[in-house]
Amino acid sequence: MRAPERTLLPLSFVPAGKEVTIREITSGERWRHRLLEMGFNRGTTVRVISNHHGPLIVALYENRIALSRGVAHKILVQEE
Amino acid sequence: MKILEAKETVIALAGNPNSGKSSLFNALTGSRQHVGNWPGVTVEKKEGRFSYRGLTFRVVDLPGTYSLGAHTEDEIIARDFLFSHPDIVVNVVDSTNLERNLYLTLQLLEMGASLVLVLNMSDEAKAKHIEIDQGRLSTLLGTPVVMTVAPRKEGIPELLERIVTLRGREPRETFRIKYREDIEEEIAKIEALLTLYPELTHRYPSRWLAIKLLEGEKRILQEMNRQSFMKHVFPQVEESKKRLIDRYGEDLETIFANQRYHFITRLVQECMRRKGEEKGTYTLSDRIDRVVTHRFFGIPLFLFTMWLVFQCTFALSEPLVGWIETLFTFLQEKATFILENLGVADFFISFLVDGVINGVGSVLVFVPPIFLLFLAISLLEDSGYIARAAYVMDRLMHILGLHGKSFIPLLLGFGCNVPGIMATRTLENREDRMITMLVNPFISCAARLPVYVLFTGVFFARHQGWIIFSLYLLGIVVAILTAKWFKRYLFKGETSHFVMELPPYRIPTVKGLFIHMWERGSSFIKKAGTIIIAMVVLIWILANLPFGVEYASNESIIGKLGTAMAPLLAPAGFGTWQTAVSLIFGIVAKEVVVGTLAVVYGVGEEGVGEMVRQHFTPLSAYAFMVMTLLYIPCVATIGAIRRESNSWGITIFALGYSLIVGWTMAVLIFQVGQLLGFH
Ligand SMILES: Nc1nc2c(ncn2[C@@H]2O[C@H](COP(=O)(O)OP(=O)(O)OP(=O)(O)O)[C@@H](O)[C@H]2O)c(=O)[nH]1
Ligand SMILES: [Mg+2]
Repeated sequence: MRAPERTLLPLSFVPAGKEVTIREITSGERWRHRLLEMGFNRGTTVRVISNHHGPLIVALYENRIALSRGVAHKILVQEE
Repeated sequence: MKILEAKETVIALAGNPNSGKSSLFNALTGSRQHVGNWPGVTVEKKEGRFSYRGLTFRVVDLPGTYSLGAHTEDEIIARDFLFSHPDIVVNVVDSTNLERNLYLTLQLLEMGASLVLVLNMSDEAKAKHIEIDQGRLSTLLGTPVVMTVAPRKEGIPELLERIVTLRGREPRETFRIKYREDIEEEIAKIEALLTLYPELTHRYPSRWLAIKLLEGEKRILQEMNRQSFMKHVFPQVEESKKRLIDRYGEDLETIFANQRYHFITRLVQECMRRKGEEKGTYTLSDRIDRVVTHRFFGIPLFLFTMWLVFQCTFALSEPLVGWIETLFTFLQEKATFILENLGVADFFISFLVDGVINGVGSVLVFVPPIFLLFLAISLLEDSGYIARAAYVMDRLMHILGLHGKSFIPLLLGFGCNVPGIMATRTLENREDRMITMLVNPFISCAARLPVYVLFTGVFFARHQGWIIFSLYLLGIVVAILTAKWFKRYLFKGETSHFVMELPPYRIPTVKGLFIHMWERGSSFIKKAGTIIIAMVVLIWILANLPFGVEYASNESIIGKLGTAMAPLLAPAGFGTWQTAVSLIFGIVAKEVVVGTLAVVYGVGEEGVGEMVRQHFTPLSAYAFMVMTLLYIPCVATIGAIRRESNSWGITIFALGYSLIVGWTMAVLIFQVGQLLGFH
């Protein structure tokens, strides 16, 4: 079921416009649960709307969510 | 259930942040709760009532929450209320984001809540060509589903019908998600143990309790830890947990969450269709955001917006202020004339004219700028810009060891510090929350405006906007430096993460803006009619005591009080007993500063402006404004700090700290200014 390791990269590395699938969240338990209940769940697709200095903006379904770089670093994703 | 027939039915409004709960609350109860286009507007329980078909309902509007997991203060409030068995839960969801919103819905259903699912924002779903099969959704979830557009009251009649139908109904079989076989086995084992204790399963459904124990839900664990018989259950819980963790390689909350999302995915596949969907498109909001949140333009644009807000506030309100001033002068003259003709005692005329009309009038003059300021803040809130402000300021806030979310309480502080302090409830981290709370009083609230407008009008008429802007900036700088210092020495800890929804831009409605402005602005008028009148009367009386003393002389009680304090203020350039008194009474409410000056200067013909001109220099006037900005928060703010920090120690520290900062800054400005040749 798991995707091969080599294709995983942190969300913070994904350029604007790309769509990726969440594979793993490696932050501490508290933030992992927080993100989970906000909809950042394994297997969910997110699209990066903007990614330069400062927080990222990602599209999760129709919503836009700002994520600080620190968090985005700990969300491991796989390119489509 | 039948016995409760006569009692009012309690309805809880629950849902994700910014899904439209407060809008629905207003539609149901006809009240005017604060609505805004950003997540985290409501941070406390708000109650209202309505009747329908001869039945009374008590509606409770709750803070938004993504789940019952409760990570922040406002979410804890929502969760605790939902755990307290409201009769009906109206779950408000954003129709354009079912996939995310239904997560909370499932948790509520699993808990056994009598639930009505409200698909709000159905207008936006329509615009995005999202079709939801309401009937199918209702069947699959086993719960009534209603579509609404809360601000336009669409769908409210149907919702009311559903609520009434649901009300009398016997508790039905609880909704259940079928988890994977191995998980179900463990749930069953725990459930079997729990059903041995009916006193427990009366309160909560046993299956739900078993799941919560497995998930390690903190509130439930706390409650269960107090029950002696739980020692027979806990070993089984631990054993089950261990088995599942071994098998899945994940903690249980994650395991359950994944399964719930799995359920939602299938549900949505069956009930929802996106027509004409183009993958990878950018919405209008995205395109606006490209400019607004731009890495270089974002911050300048924000500063420009704020500058515009303040300039407009003053430019537009200036003529209005003039009219109201004229009106009150006219009132004073007329009142004196009429009262003298009626043969009323001079003493009483002086009380009414110099005390009440003059004192209150000198404050009410500032209604226009205050209303305009609130109007501007509503515009920022309702459009959705406020969430972007948090986003662009995140980088600067990082330098302080805080993050963007802490910026929203500061912005709200420009209106009033009390809601600003309450808004800190949405912060995840206690240290951040304390810092954000304690620096909030340095943000210049609307109640300080009268002082600025009065003094700048007298001394800096030509650069009024800029001088006032400089005071706002000074407040921000002091807040920032304080935050930095607190973070380093008092409330240490790593910078927390900034995670926040950016709602789509929405065009504010004129009605919404005016309601908003009125609700907040009118509290200022109410204050003028209560606290400020009371203070003005009190000061007037103290200025006439002991009997026989000349009104408002330094022999009067108030004069003696002020004279004792004045030397402390002398280094700041305004060491007169009148200013001392105005600052002391200004602690009750900052508006009182101007009211007090009006009363103690005795005034009469010349007006408080003229008296200010005689008693101050431009430099000492500036120092005085700085002092008013910083010195001590008003009583309401002190109360808010006490409540939210839950500590007298922190509150007293905040008072002492701000007094020292305010005094030092005022003295510095006056002394350095003099050295530089200002006067
Ligand atoms: N287009 C549209 N906008 C809506 C609808 N319902 C609410 N809104 C807007 O959505 C925003 C959020 O509404 P609120 O009622 O404050 O939401 P809330 O759920 O109380 O938000 P929090 O208190 O922050 O959790 C406001 O700008 C409303 O005007 C709707 O049905 N359609
Ligand atoms: Mg609300």
